[in-house]
Amino acid sequence: MDAAGVEAVWRIESARIVAALTRFTGDFGLAEDAAQEAVAEALVSWPRSAPANPAGWLTATARRRAIDAIRRRTALRDRYALLAADLATGGTTGPALDEDLDPDRIDDDVLALMFISCHPVLSREGRVALTLRVVGGLSSEEIARAFLVPVPTVQARITRAKKTIAAAGVPFELPPAAERRERLGGVLSVLYVIFTEGSTATTGDRLLRPGVAYEALRLARTLAALQPDEPEVHGLLALCELTSARFPARTAPDGSPVLLEDQDRRLWDVSAIRRGLTALARASAGGLGPYGLQAAIAAAHASAASVEATDWERIVVLYEALGRVAPSPVVELNRAVAVAMASGPAQALAIVDELVAADRLPGSHLVPTVRGELLTRLGRRPEARAELELAARLCTNHQERSVLLRKAAALG
Amino acid sequence: MAKYLLIMRGTDESNAAMMADIGKAMADTRQYIEEMVKAGVLLAAEGLDDPGRGAVVDFSGETPVVTDGPYGETKELFGGFFLLDVASQHEAVEWARRMPAARGSKIEVRRVPGDDEVPQQDGRFAPGNTGGI
Repeated sequence: MDAAGVEAVWRIESARIVAALTRFTGDFGLAEDAAQEAVAEALVSWPRSAPANPAGWLTATARRRAIDAIRRRTALRDRYALLAADLATGGTTGPALDEDLDPDRIDDDVLALMFISCHPVLSREGRVALTLRVVGGLSSEEIARAFLVPVPTVQARITRAKKTIAAAGVPFELPPAAERRERLGGVLSVLYVIFTEGSTATTGDRLLRPGVAYEALRLARTLAALQPDEPEVHGLLALCELTSARFPARTAPDGSPVLLEDQDRRLWDVSAIRRGLTALARASAGGLGPYGLQAAIAAAHASAASVEATDWERIVVLYEALGRVAPSPVVELNRAVAVAMASGPAQALAIVDELVAADRLPGSHLVPTVRGELLTRLGRRPEARAELELAARLCTNHQERSVLLRKAAALG
Repeated sequence: MAKYLLIMRGTDESNAAMMADIGKAMADTRQYIEEMVKAGVLLAAEGLDDPGRGAVVDFSGETPVVTDGPYGETKELFGGFFLLDVASQHEAVEWARRMPAARGSKIEVRRVPGDDEVPQQDGRFAPGNTGGI
């Protein structure tokens, strides 16, 4: 098996291997390092002879590496004696592995891994990097590429995150049910951040980095399979499916963005829309939360044949509901856009002007972008042009900026 | 990520082996599907009915001719498929290797190209994505 084959096995198995090792050693950082060492070893040895059970091989090897590491730590001598005894009775391959790979426990382990890598003691960047690394199985290089930061930065974030987890004495276990629901919000927000970063890059010259968005989508599917009774998990999954369904139509062949009204809806991924609607139905069981509401808005777009045929009244109602459960200036701004479509630009402008007066989105290019659009529709061209130029100055995405400048120029 | 279709191609031998212990075959398949669901990679999975109940529309002549069937060699017939969303062809192959397939059967691994890879004459033609919306 070649390097790409090793990578494929790693991608499928990494979360379960790291999770099982963490339960075995009680040390999350050690488990992660040992698993990485096992992969390095696989890259050398598998091309010569591939094991019959690659996942078992990786787990057994990582387990040996973990024991080596513990052996080196004199302070943990007692624990080593315990593990050595366990190893002596269980062996390094075969039966002992089955016990580690008990399917029911593994599911809980992977879920616990998600909760640990999204633990509140970590910074947002730390949570994102750790989740992609230990749950997604991405390399530091891949994470760095996704977030346009240098590789050493990612490595430092991961190291720091692991140290923080160890220092805080975070136990390797699923949080109790009551706490889990609370912490689940953190897990969902990390997946959402990853998805958003992939679907609209905040900086750089490409509008989309779909690879990272699809990774978030895959992790959302995993979470939905492991936590099927949590409506908001299905809400987030629905939101990701419905948003990604539009990716094929969102950029022109030259990479420039195509606005919703100009998108060829025949390019939308119909099966992704279907999956999104299914997940949304599961999310609606007990009233929609913030992610479910956003998914419902995406669903209203996805099921419309054109911008004109879109049920904007319903979208306004959904944004009002969203503003109640998760108030934010961005939601207000989006509500204004929907109001403009449902009832005209004048009413919408009033909402945006309130946002401006309260200075609730300082420095964001979104407010002048929307304000410029509304002023254009109201025929107030010089003001519109000034707003769009301001928006272009504030915008950090090259592709988006050039669209704004084109629009400003068109106003003469 | 990219989409791959794993197409199951059974033979008389593998079908007979499967039917000999259909309970186990179904339990194994359920477990396999669950693994893929939990890995977040499964988009769709369907099995196909007896080929004898199907039909073939043959375009060999001037007008299409419809016949019952297909009744070709069993080993050439598709029995079902899994649609996966994975990072690489190697990952798709790795999942195919894990399929609880009966001895004698084959799994075809085929990539589903993205819209941006399909030649588009007028920028509007997008095979595989021509649903109602």
